[in-house]
Amino acid sequence: MSQEKHHIVSYKTHVFVLLALLVLTALSVAITRVELGPLNTAAALLIACIKATIVLAWFMHLKFESRFFTVMVSAVIILFLLVILVTFFDYSYR
Amino acid sequence: MIEHRDDLASKMGMWLFIFTELLLFGMLFVVYAVYRSMHPEAFKLAGQELDVVLGTLNTVILLISSMTVAMSISAIQKGNKKLALALLTVTLIIAVVFLVNKYFEWGTKVEYGFNPGGAELHQLGHGTILFFGLYFVMTGLHALHILIGIGLFLYVFWQVRKDKIHQTDYIWLENTGLYWHLVDLIWIFLFPLLYLIH
Repeated sequence: MSQEKHHIVSYKTHVFVLLALLVLTALSVAITRVELGPLNTAAALLIACIKATIVLAWFMHLKFESRFFTVMVSAVIILFLLVILVTFFDYSYR
Repeated sequence: MIEHRDDLASKMGMWLFIFTELLLFGMLFVVYAVYRSMHPEAFKLAGQELDVVLGTLNTVILLISSMTVAMSISAIQKGNKKLALALLTVTLIIAVVFLVNKYFEWGTKVEYGFNPGGAELHQLGHGTILFFGLYFVMTGLHALHILIGIGLFLYVFWQVRKDKIHQTDYIWLENTGLYWHLVDLIWIFLFPLLYLIH
């Protein structure tokens, strides 16, 4: 069980992942300095979601683990989004 | 006495713990979203009080520390103990620097009386009080996680040094890494929501 071959992520890959994350960080800072109204929030959250996906896939190894982990993580994220949805339905239609 | 080991189960257990953490912080994000929708103007103005430079700096160093942990796992897998220890040292230093930055950041806020129950906050509206309450609770809970992370890394560093964690047995390092990336993941959302959106 514990002696199976593990995927080793190269140092170079890690550096590229970090660079991508730093570029996205710079982009989110830059984009929120511009006045876009409600689009600011949407853009900042979209970039945050992309960054989160990169962290989950590469740093947290989901890309290289059994598919089961990805299914579990997706289920929790969907559960969380449903909670937000239901909460806002409650507040909007009181 | 044969030692029982099941790395996959250990990892699964760690993920289950991470889910509880995601829901813990997730609910705080829900509270933030609801109050923001009720007090959009106050949240916008209050957010402008935060130090974007300090927030960005902390974001950048936390991302770097995530990479160094991930790299230390690769180093252990390749049997490079020295490099793994060096990378863990960098991670530890960054974690401490993050908290030092937070200390100065919070210090400034308290100085201006923006802390819960602070003098300045009393003059301001309900929305501003809510924003700073959420700011202190969310960054505070996050900082507590950084502190716990420092303790975990000290333990893992020690274990690597003593060869208890090595090329064929490194689940402790992997799970500590998962924990640290979770802390990073939460900051990825805290940063734009508190510091950037105006």
